[in-house]
Amino acid sequence: MRLQYPSSIKIIRVPCTGKVDVLHILRAFEKGADGVYAVGCLEGSCQFNNGNIRARKRIEQAQKILDTVGVGGERVQMYNLSSGEGTHFAEFAVEMEERIQKLGPNPVKLNKKEKAA
Amino acid sequence: MIVADKKPIEEIIEDIKGCDKILILGCNECVTVCEAGGKKEVGILASALRMYFLNKGNEKKIDEITLERQCDHEYLEEIRDVSDQYDAIVSLACGVGVQFTAEKYLSMPVYPGVNTCFLGATEERGVWTERCQACGQCILSTTGGICPVSRCAKRILNGPCGGSSKGKCEINKEIECAWQLIIDRLNYLDRMDDYENVYEIKDWSTERAGGPRKVIREDVQV
Repeated sequence: MRLQYPSSIKIIRVPCTGKVDVLHILRAFEKGADGVYAVGCLEGSCQFNNGNIRARKRIEQAQKILDTVGVGGERVQMYNLSSGEGTHFAEFAVEMEERIQKLGPNPVKLNKKEKAA
Repeated sequence: MIVADKKPIEEIIEDIKGCDKILILGCNECVTVCEAGGKKEVGILASALRMYFLNKGNEKKIDEITLERQCDHEYLEEIRDVSDQYDAIVSLACGVGVQFTAEKYLSMPVYPGVNTCFLGATEERGVWTERCQACGQCILSTTGGICPVSRCAKRILNGPCGGSSKGKCEINKEIECAWQLIIDRLNYLDRMDDYENVYEIKDWSTERAGGPRKVIREDVQV
């Protein structure tokens, strides 16, 4: 397929999106990530029954927390696709990158930098 | 177990906004099982608070420790050496743990990080229901293992009130009538004769109405 997607995206492989926890997402922001998204299998086709449903709920939880602490819940997103949908994978990456470009850098990262300067 | 629910982060922020060095103290027991105050929740809260205060331009030192229990002296002693590094502790233990921590670290403000709800069981992941009110005088042997003290809104002891309708309680249609459950269970156990026994006035002095309680067991004291 040789599809292109933005180079700013760092992929972290997990055995199932059900492995992704709220804590992983928050720590990513603490460490300076501008956005985090999880790409899981289509709902209803999880090998582990409900891993992707759990991931969605955790993403929603993380969104609420990030809204509360002023980072912005819209920086976190859940996407679903089947393993044969490489084009969707690239589309989601572009969509997320555009979304984050609009939102600008993670305020936590900016404040840390300011503090260090 | 003791069932607790998370406190809104905003409420915790309000409590600790004047402190610079804060310890988030979790508990490995009941609150871990009910996913309100275990190691993971400590991590999430600490991370959220660090980001919040950093965003406000007021960076704070927020550390995380989770103890085996907060309701025993020996476990609480584990933070003795580090406690002077902090201005405040946010305890994610139940109300017992929060109070015991406060008693042991007198000069330290201790804030609750969860709302302690009741003694209950896990119905399914994310759903907990009340099962015991710790009345101090268990009557489950006579009620087929279903507690009218904790599960009946009126805590009545001799059959359902007039508000029981189609097996549900009048205060909420989602709440089972405890006495319907008891009768069904006694029927199932072929023990309906027990239902005929009139339960005399219960001694409520062993319940909270008798003031704060204490259990002294000389046989296990050293």
